[in-house]
Amino acid sequence: MQRIGVFVCHCGTNIAGTVDVKAVAEALKFEPGVVVSTDYQYMCSQAGQEMIKEAIIENKLTGIVVCSCSPRMHEATFRKTAAAAGLNPYMVEIANIREQCSWVHKDIPTGTEKAIILGKAAIAKVNLNAPLTPGESPVTKRALVIGGGIAGIQTALDIADAGFPVDIVETKPTIGGKMAQLDKTFPTLDCAACILTPKMVDVATNDKIRIFSYSEVSEVNGFVGNFDVTIKRRARYVKEDICTGCGLCTEKCPQKKVPNEFNLNMDNRRAIYIPFAQAVPKVATIDPESCTMLKTGKCGVCSKVCTVGAIDYNAKDEFITEKYGAIVVATGFNPISMDKFDEYAYSQSKDVITSLELERLMNAAGPTGGTLLRPSDGEHPHTIVFVQCVGSRCDSCAEKGKEYCSKICCMYTAKHAMLIRDKYPDTDVYVFYIDVRTPGKNFDEFYRRAVEEYGVHYIKGMVGKVSPEGGKLKVRASDLIDGKQLNIDADLVVLAAAIEPDKSARPLATMLTASMDTNDFFTEAHPKLRPVESPTAGVYLSGTCQGPKDIPETVSQAGAAASMVIALLCKDKLTGNPCVAHSDEMMCNGCSTCEKVCPYGAITYIDKEFRMPDRTTKVRRVAQVNEAVCQGCGACTVACMSGAMDLKGFTNKQIFAEVDAICK
Amino acid sequence: MKVNYFPGCTLRTKAKDLDFYARECAKILGIELVELPDWQCCGGVFVTSSDEIASKLSCARALVASRDDNRALVSVCSACHNVIKQTNHAIKNDAKFADAVNRYLAQDEEHSDPYFGETEVLHYLELLRDKVGFDKIREAVKNPLTGKKIAAYYGCLLLRPGKVMAFDDVENPQIMEDFIRALGAEPVIYPARNECCGGYIALEDAASAKKKSDTVSHSAANHGADMIVTACPLCKYNLTKNESPLPVVYFTELLALALGVKENDDAE
Repeated sequence: MQRIGVFVCHCGTNIAGTVDVKAVAEALKFEPGVVVSTDYQYMCSQAGQEMIKEAIIENKLTGIVVCSCSPRMHEATFRKTAAAAGLNPYMVEIANIREQCSWVHKDIPTGTEKAIILGKAAIAKVNLNAPLTPGESPVTKRALVIGGGIAGIQTALDIADAGFPVDIVETKPTIGGKMAQLDKTFPTLDCAACILTPKMVDVATNDKIRIFSYSEVSEVNGFVGNFDVTIKRRARYVKEDICTGCGLCTEKCPQKKVPNEFNLNMDNRRAIYIPFAQAVPKVATIDPESCTMLKTGKCGVCSKVCTVGAIDYNAKDEFITEKYGAIVVATGFNPISMDKFDEYAYSQSKDVITSLELERLMNAAGPTGGTLLRPSDGEHPHTIVFVQCVGSRCDSCAEKGKEYCSKICCMYTAKHAMLIRDKYPDTDVYVFYIDVRTPGKNFDEFYRRAVEEYGVHYIKGMVGKVSPEGGKLKVRASDLIDGKQLNIDADLVVLAAAIEPDKSARPLATMLTASMDTNDFFTEAHPKLRPVESPTAGVYLSGTCQGPKDIPETVSQAGAAASMVIALLCKDKLTGNPCVAHSDEMMCNGCSTCEKVCPYGAITYIDKEFRMPDRTTKVRRVAQVNEAVCQGCGACTVACMSGAMDLKGFTNKQIFAEVDAICK
Repeated sequence: MKVNYFPGCTLRTKAKDLDFYARECAKILGIELVELPDWQCCGGVFVTSSDEIASKLSCARALVASRDDNRALVSVCSACHNVIKQTNHAIKNDAKFADAVNRYLAQDEEHSDPYFGETEVLHYLELLRDKVGFDKIREAVKNPLTGKKIAAYYGCLLLRPGKVMAFDDVENPQIMEDFIRALGAEPVIYPARNECCGGYIALEDAASAKKKSDTVSHSAANHGADMIVTACPLCKYNLTKNESPLPVVYFTELLALALGVKENDDAE
């Protein structure tokens, strides 16, 4: 039999206002196992905690029930109090008589009655509690960052700065991500490359950071502190350690007509290429789809011109396996395809472009050397129409676009409009919008400058149709404020395409058992209070893989994710949560149901030998819980049909006892 | 293959060519068009107010008959197809509307079981694409229309409302272009191909209708087309009436030409 102490908190008038706390303490005195029951004004205060400690020692208590606020608020506090008095902290139960009682009821009799019932339930449970001891596991002091855009770069630099080794896995031949493709950045209009490339060099020269470019994560096993990750290093047919990045091969390669994805296919590259001048690592890569030598065995020009012998046509994909303590996801975004938005004639005219394509057309390293020219005829455009929210905020057309706001488009469109008016004052610029959303430091001032100082025509209304007719783009749109239909003959139409998570995110989430929302953005552990952690322990989120973000926000989140990783890697051992699932092997029938419902991949099945009553042995398939991975959600205990799964601290018996106490 | 056929009033009067060649081509392609014995006017327009039932009953009767015959219901006229398809969709998805329709139908002297949208409703073009297959049509072509540059004109009724009609991508449809390719001709993509011809506004405001029709026919001409094909009698009427610079023909005429069907002396 337990010896239980009950402590009823007034929480000032928060609880005492609608619950007769003295009556509660009195009523609970006679519950089974209760040896002391009392009330106090603020149980969480120093004095309140002292009272609990003394009661534990004096009455030789084996369990306590605190009737107070939500366990989210002070369960940890009272567990510490109990531990300080020599009681196992898992012998503490909280009856939530504030959020679930006093705050939701108006009259004292109802509140008091319910508080007593909640107290009885907690007492019934603590009667069945058993002391629990958390397990420990070691921590591999190395981090993995998946994605080498600005988010991944910043996270890696910050982790390395704290002295921990970091590996970056990037699918492209170079790190840099989308930011490397941008021209200028809002709201300061500094050049993206000028602020990004020094960071890329910092990554390259940091001896704590390894870059696996042209690589991808192919398998993840293990758990927080002890991940085993297999990385596939795709064959680039150039020896990375020998190539000097001189670029001679990329000038001599006879295959000149390969669409250049870095410039969004608006010009061509060779079959062997370095994406851009400041690429990191600055090594060439052969694109096997386009290389004549790899396809037909006849060419070999790059190998002949290479002065250091770096070309290796026989290279194969390699797989390496490495241990990590923490994983940061920084897989980024892409603009959505414009296939389903042909009212804007994207597929019909080269002069209808996306905003990212415009970035390249305005970039000094882009296909036009930074002069804004129409892709169709190389002429200078005189009338430019920007269309906002193409595919964003599409609540009525979810099959075409996205329901969410892509967040960055209002600001980059203001930037584009301003830059064009600044450089080409003879150009008329129209921006069609649903709303202009520019919260952020110096953001709204930036947008107003575009309107007031640069004379950009902002028109509230949407474009209904773009028709390429006679060399012009006939834009038909509505002006909602004037209530008129507008017809504009434009030379260039720029679509602010919605952004979506990179396609690699979904399979990666499956590998990591990290949860995602319906839009394939990674879900954070708490939307406000734990924004850079995935609910899966040891997995952290950085940048747009978690939701649309601009560069300043991405960098802050990257730093926050890095600090979470550093806090984890600083520990020598991790203390687990002892409230984890446990399978009774004698009852387990090996059905695999629990394995399927487990969102964390914590359950595996093993074949185990059992001694039978007749002294023979029999091999049976049984479930086994990895306690370091289990988060104690309890899904398996509900799913288990044979009742073999149970959750420590929340056993089926305990739950039933609570229900019985409530229903009595 | 047997399908039920709903010609519609216009095909008996103004658009005899659309009807005649649809029937002739079907014979060549091995489709038996079984004309519904007692079809009535489709209503002409799908009235969007959901409590309007009377004008939708003739479509409902055609749908029930096809369900009882266990055959798809095919029409050629864009307007008929639009009204039938929308009526079927409303019966399928709006239980209140379906209930009201079934109560009305139960008043008919000879009536069948309640109807809940079971019939497959097809436009003749969908029949060609999904049941016959454009590949088979390509094989059946006797006089390939090589060198002809043809502008497909969809108008609105075939495509919209997109979710209900589920005919093709409303902004970038391909079915008629694929059809034109199957006949050996070259489709011309022009931006006005899914614009409205002016429709019934021609009765009230001829100038507005002309503006709409001109946009379509001039856009097709400016993009280098030799002719415009349509599935809609009203589109053809508006475009022709407003002096389209290009000839406007029904898609069934084009199909007949390619399949080598003898000309109809009797039609308009």
